[in-house]
This record gives sequence, C-alpha cells and structure tokens, in this order.
Amino acid sequence: MATPNTEIAAVSQTPASTQPDPSGDSPARYAWRRFAQNRAALVSCAILGFIIIACFLGPLVLPYGFEDTDWLAISLPPGFANMHWFGTDELGRDLLVRTLIGGRISLEVGLLGTALTVVIGVAWGTIAGYAGGKVDAVMMRIVDMMYAIPYMLIAILMMTLFGRAFYLVVLTISLFSWIDMARVVRGQTLTLKKREFIDAARATGVPAGIIIWRHIVPNLLGVVIIYATVTVPGIILTESVLSFLGLGVQEPMTSWGVLIADGTSKMEVRPWLLAFPGVFLVATLYCTNYIGDALRDAFDPKVQ
Amino acid sequence: MFAYTIRRLLFAVPTILAVVTVCYVMVHMTPGGPFDMDRKVAPAVLANLQAKYHLDQPPLQQYLYYLGRLLHGDLGASFKYPDWTVNELVAKALPVSLAVGGLSVPISMVIGIWIGAVAAVRRNSFADYFVSAIGNIGNAVPSFVLGPVLILVFALEIQHHDIGLLPAGGWGGWKFRVLPIALLTIVNVATISRVMRGSLLEVLTSSFIRTARAKGLPERTVIVRHALRPALMPVLSLFTSIALSSITAAVVTETVFALPGLGLLIVNGAINRDYTLVLGLVVLVTAIAVLFNLIVDLLYAAVDPRIRY
Repeated sequence: MATPNTEIAAVSQTPASTQPDPSGDSPARYAWRRFAQNRAALVSCAILGFIIIACFLGPLVLPYGFEDTDWLAISLPPGFANMHWFGTDELGRDLLVRTLIGGRISLEVGLLGTALTVVIGVAWGTIAGYAGGKVDAVMMRIVDMMYAIPYMLIAILMMTLFGRAFYLVVLTISLFSWIDMARVVRGQTLTLKKREFIDAARATGVPAGIIIWRHIVPNLLGVVIIYATVTVPGIILTESVLSFLGLGVQEPMTSWGVLIADGTSKMEVRPWLLAFPGVFLVATLYCTNYIGDALRDAFDPKVQ
Repeated sequence: MFAYTIRRLLFAVPTILAVVTVCYVMVHMTPGGPFDMDRKVAPAVLANLQAKYHLDQPPLQQYLYYLGRLLHGDLGASFKYPDWTVNELVAKALPVSLAVGGLSVPISMVIGIWIGAVAAVRRNSFADYFVSAIGNIGNAVPSFVLGPVLILVFALEIQHHDIGLLPAGGWGGWKFRVLPIALLTIVNVATISRVMRGSLLEVLTSSFIRTARAKGLPERTVIVRHALRPALMPVLSLFTSIALSSITAAVVTETVFALPGLGLLIVNGAINRDYTLVLGLVVLVTAIAVLFNLIVDLLYAAVDPRIRY
C-alpha cells in the first residue's frame, strides 16, 4: 500500500502547522525523534522485546515441555539445580516453560485481538464518518449503546455458552474492544473528508469504497497505530481476567491468568507459583501501557 | 431539557431490549437443555418440568413470556439452585456488593480527587511523581495480582506470627470488608487521580485562571474557587463506570476474597452453567447500568451550565 508519509504527519498533527519544527524535519520524523529521546519508553521497548522473544523462542530451547511432569521434582522451589529455574508446581511441571507458554497465549490473544479490533474499528469508523448523515447517526448510536453495556458480564455469558476455545476468547474480547477505535477513526475521517485530495478523488469519479481504502485508510495509519498500542494491554488484561475466573483457556493449555489463579490458591506454601507469572504479566502490561503513552505524547502536538 | 429526558428514555428502552434479546437468543441457541443429565429423567417427569418452566411452548412464546415476567421484575428461576429464584439469589448477594462497593466508591472519589489535585498543583514535584507512580501501578498491576498480595501481607500467617491481621476472605463483620474495600479503592484511585490531574492541569492553562491570578487572588482561592469546579466535570463522568464496576460487576474482587456478592454469583453461575442465573444477572446489571448512565447524564446537564439541549 502506497503510504504518502507527509500526509500521515499532516493528519496526525493537523493543528501543529502553526508550530515551527526547530529541526526542519517532517513532523512524523520529529515525533519519532521525540519518542526515541524518551529513555523510559526505550527501556520498556527492550523489556517487552525480551519478553516476546523469550515467550516464542524459550520453550524451543528449554528441555521440558509445558505438560511434562518431572516426578523427581514435585513442588520444587526456584533454583539453579535441575534446570527448573522458576521451580515446579505440585504436578512437577516446570514453571519457567509454563510461564513462557502462558505468555505466548496471552500475547497471541493480545495481538490477534488488537488486529481484529483495528479491522472492525477502522471499517466501522471510516464508513460512518465518510457516509455521514443517517448512516453515521445509526452506526454511532449502536456504538453509544455498546458503551452502556457491562461488557465483562457479556463476555462471561459468552464464555459460558460457547465454550473456551482460543479463537472464541479472542472473538469475545474483540466484540467490545473496537468501539473506542471506531470513535477515534470516525473523528479523523470527518476531518479528512473535507480535504482537497478527497474532493479531487470524488470529482474524478472514484467510488466511495476505493476512496476509503486508498485515500482515507492510509492517512489514518498514524492514529490507528497509536490507538492499537493502547489497546494491546487492555485486551491482554481482559483475557487474563477471564482465565483467572476459570472462563478463559483451559488446562493443560495455560495463560498468565490461569497460572496466577493457580498460584493464588497455593501462595501460602508455594509463593513462586504466583510470583513469576505475576511479574511477567505486570511487566508486560506496564511496558505496553508506557509505550502507548509515550507514542501518544510524541505524536501529540499539544504536549511539548 | 424535558424533550432531552424523553429522548434519552426512548433510547434507553431499545438498548435494554437489544441486550435482553441478544443474550436470550444466545442462551437458547446453545445445544442441550437444562434437564439433560447423566441419569435420564422419566419422560413424564421431563414433560412436567418443561411445562412448569414453559419450555414446551414455541420459542417466540417462550421469549414473550420471559419478557412479560421481566416487566414484572421477575428474573426467572435458577436451574442449578432448584429452590431459588434468581430474584432471591440477587436479594441475598446485592447487600454484600453494596456494603463493599458502596463504601469504596465515595472513599476512592475523595482520595482520588484530592491526590490528583495535589499532583496537578505541584506539577513535577515529588508529590506529582508519587501520584503518577500510584497511577501506573494501579494500571499495570491487575486486581487479581494485587488482591492475593494484600492477602499474603495482611491476612496470612507470616513466619513468626500465629495469625494474620485480617481474614483472607469470606463474609462477616467489618474485618471482612477492609481488604476488599482497600483493593477496590486502590484500583479506583489510580484511575480517578490520573483523570483529575490531567483535567486540572488543562483548566489551569485557561484564560479565566489567568484573569483570576491577574486580579491578585491568592493562589489558594484561584485553585479552590475557580479551577476545581470545572476540573471536576471529567471526574464526574467517570463516576458511573466506577460505581458500576465496584458494585454490580466487582467480579475479580469478589472472587479473590470469596465475597458472596453479585460478582461471585455470576462467576459461579457461569462455571456451573446456570444459564438462567447468568442471563438474569446480565439483564439486571445492564438495566442498572443504562438507567444509571441516564441519571448521570441528566445530572450532568443540570450541573454544567454550558450544556444546552
């Protein structure tokens, strides 16, 4: 997809034209430089990158599978003997591998859920914003309606009814997470719609669908990427809440929420079962939250 | 204002109806009936049971019957607790949720607004960093991690102590309420203080504050008399979601502390596959949420003179 760089910047920084950029860079590059100057954000990126690599490559390297029981190491505390660095649970399963596999599931739910959120949110927002009038009114009314619904309870109902397969967890969470994205995208579409290159496209007879796909969506990318980053931790959190309640992914498959629920019930005697998955989840949420905020600050012309 | 109230009411009804219908259809689409058990029930008994719960009628009739009962405030019978109606279960659970969530909401509002305001006024001071640290922790440490940590610290026997300070869970006197209220409050304060800080910072840059300072008012008066009120508006709009998530949907807190409230009721209902119970609770909580939103929006319009309809 051809992405005119200057236009992204122009959109994400519409009111910024009054502020001269000290370096003469394009606004997008300027924003990236501001992001790179944010030390804490870079550290967050590094930690998150490490967690992602560990979750996807770690289980391939480690000598244990996530379902394997080691009868000689039941409820072993963490230590460097035996390669059970994070200890084992009462079935002798290695906690390090289980934490990494659980993280893989949590991250996959987070990424897939975000992808689905982006697709639905962008489609809904651009169509509502571009069509305007009655279509817009009806579509945004539906979004308003969904804001009033206690989505956690609906998610619980859906998990009760339809079982707990991986893709259903993703679907259930995405069903409600797209409404914020749709609002933001619609707002941006409304301002884009008034610009000359859209008028030009319409004047030359380009159909509405192609205008949205070729001219509006590419210009939304900056905003969408920032909002998607903010969405990831929310989705990971929702998945772990469902799993914690016993309504998400099921044994022997695991996720951070499942491991934390398991660790909670045994924290008196085997605190490491709670500590390691808890630390991984908290670190991931903290880093994604922080990166999202830093991206927003870097691209927001109002924060200087 | 009157026209707006009517319009909002007309909008609330279809929202509730849509949720009821979608959930009802979802529940009835799932294969299997409530009386499918390992041991086959005698056909005559089954027929009687189905007649009792109107399951022998066509689906549309059943749906209309359910809607009719809902209008009378009857959420139906629980399938897994045979002697209980959903109403009775709710009546038993609601006071618990109200006692915990209902106390946590005002406490967190006061604390959150206060520390958010302090952080905004003393921007970039130690207090400010402290508040944003609390906000970040509240955001990143989910309540199902924080709750067990609270139990570990305050409730369980630790090494030399024979007994913890507070009970780890269950329901009884005031001691049983301290930790759940603390957990809900920490999570809520994280959100409230962040919003309060942001909105007060924005208000402080506006021109009427510059005017107030220019005419020589002491800084205290500028903040308390002029800046605080407009800065409170975004916090007020948080009130609905915080009240609802603390009282009617405190799923995690009630699970962690085994509080017999609405949240635990719905989780247990879901795990036992008690469809009518979960359906009834979803309908009830949605109705409460929609009505609550309506009331707060109307109050909002009444309080803020800039909002005109």
